[in-house]
Amino acid sequence: MSKALLYDATMCIGCKQCESACAEQNKLPYDDTVAAESEQSAHKFTVVKTMDGKFMRRLCMHCETPACASVCPVGALHKTKEGPVVYDVWKCIGCRYCMTACAFSQPKYEWNALNPRVRKCIMCPDRIAAGKQTACAEICPTGATKFGEREDLIKEAKQRFADNPTNYIPRIYGLTEVGGTSVLIISDENPEQYGYLSAAKVGDTPMPEYTGKVMERIPDFIPVWSLVLGGIYWISHRREEVAAAEAAEEKAKQGGE
Amino acid sequence: MKIKLTFWRVVFAVIMTLGIYSTIIRYFRGLGAVSNMSDQFPWGFWIGFDCLCGVMLAAGGFCIVGAVYLFNVESLHSVVRPAVLTAFLGYVLFIVGLLFDLGRPWFIWHQLIYMNPHSVMFEVGMCVMTYTTVLFFEFLPNVFERFNLNWPTKIIKKIYPVLIVLGILLSTLHQSSLGSLYLIMPSKLHPFWYSPALPFFFFGSAVAVGLAMTIFESTQSAKALGRQLELSVLVRLGGALLVALWVNALLRFEDFFHRGLLGQIIKPSYEAYFLWLELTLSFVIPITLLSFKKVRLSPSGLYLASVISLFGFITNRLNVALIGFETYVGHHYVPKWTEFSVTLMIVAMGFFLFGVAVKYLPIFPEEKPTERLLRQLKPEALVGTPVLTHAGD
Repeated sequence: MSKALLYDATMCIGCKQCESACAEQNKLPYDDTVAAESEQSAHKFTVVKTMDGKFMRRLCMHCETPACASVCPVGALHKTKEGPVVYDVWKCIGCRYCMTACAFSQPKYEWNALNPRVRKCIMCPDRIAAGKQTACAEICPTGATKFGEREDLIKEAKQRFADNPTNYIPRIYGLTEVGGTSVLIISDENPEQYGYLSAAKVGDTPMPEYTGKVMERIPDFIPVWSLVLGGIYWISHRREEVAAAEAAEEKAKQGGE
Repeated sequence: MKIKLTFWRVVFAVIMTLGIYSTIIRYFRGLGAVSNMSDQFPWGFWIGFDCLCGVMLAAGGFCIVGAVYLFNVESLHSVVRPAVLTAFLGYVLFIVGLLFDLGRPWFIWHQLIYMNPHSVMFEVGMCVMTYTTVLFFEFLPNVFERFNLNWPTKIIKKIYPVLIVLGILLSTLHQSSLGSLYLIMPSKLHPFWYSPALPFFFFGSAVAVGLAMTIFESTQSAKALGRQLELSVLVRLGGALLVALWVNALLRFEDFFHRGLLGQIIKPSYEAYFLWLELTLSFVIPITLLSFKKVRLSPSGLYLASVISLFGFITNRLNVALIGFETYVGHHYVPKWTEFSVTLMIVAMGFFLFGVAVKYLPIFPEEKPTERLLRQLKPEALVGTPVLTHAGD
């Protein structure tokens, strides 16, 4: 069983305590300037977006099969069995493929650092290991961000749809998107309005499958293609050898006459 | 010793000075200070040009080696060495470019110990590293010959079949994989350039570029060295280039057709303009030019067609790497001057090293003394004749 977060936008009051708790947890500066920033960055892993008095949180989705982990050439990102997608900075070479590959554009970069790191929400793996909730879920005064087992949270979301059908668009963003994520979002609006890619656009295919189709052929391709190339080489040079041998024979004959 | 001031030397000095300034900014102020890359555009001009175009432009090595050693196209033998040299320099400079682009270049060797076989980038990295080594060995005989060392060349000759097969295998893999890098971004890359066939396009265009690049560099070095152009060779390459361009063009058309984009690509839009530019330069103009026999048999015609197609494929790579992401991101990315300056410095280094190698190593075959004498006496006399004698090739 893996842990997940359920964010219910209808319960959010936009107090941004999740932002400050997150900053504290990750030892990031947090003041009024940072609070006013409406986009995520290397020093702001989560943001509560406001639009017409309504709110929407953004954070790393912690995909079940994360694109970032699959593309990292040195395996600096990986999905733990508890749910978080974590980052080992000491492996990272800074190619930023994770940033381009992520469908949610979550990994951010320390552009002005001399030994820069990729930064993103890592779902408080230390707290989870200690049996605690994530910092954002713990501090949330309304329960808009709820921490728990993914299966339980999905059941709960569906229960909320059933209890208050008029309050929601009955769809869990993250249930099947990119093969499912560990952050689930429910709302009375479309998350697309807040920068989430539309479900139609991200699709339900786990991102690594797009490259997997090509990558899985490589182990077969290498021996076959080597044999073909080697074969062509052998044939074309065999011809040369034969021609040379024949020429030598011819010469020998002529010399003998 | 006095160094003569020529126009190109001054240009070179200016490029190097600005490049060194940008290098200092890069390593002492960070990527943010030297480039316009951002969280929205984590891959910028360096990935688009230095990496994608750099590797593509170095494809001549495996194309010519393949033609000569696998398919016994003997007539191309004289361009094997310059093509291998270009490829070797190309890959070395690609790695230099990477050292600028990687955020933590000092950990580039992590690739060797923390391997992630699911990553396309890992595969590209391993292939490029191995292939650069292969190219190094293919290049080494030039150096040994220069110093009249025979025995090491003999050893390399022994493993030559392995080097050739390995070189082509690795090239097939990483040239196409540079396209596979983008397969995981279906929701970000504009549909004009996102296609499941990206690896095929990248490989196919690398072959065309390899041929065009060989025409370009042999013409250019012939001019620089004041030598006779081997027209029969150029004519051969030109013919092959025409075929390669047709194959690429048909593949692209088939892909647009298959994905139902034909209606969209003819409608004017920001992306469409760049696509038109790309298709015109890489296919329409060079294919039209090369369709005339007169052009296929003239050195300047072949040169022009090749250079235009090179610009076309460079546009293609930049479209994939940069333009294709602008709609998703919602704003334009224009590289900072320091980004251009670093790239220019790397390219200038390439030209410089090529020039040095050609001057001091036996890259181009020795001219027969009689030919040289004749040409010096009556330079115009020789220029026209080979056209006629080799016209039928």
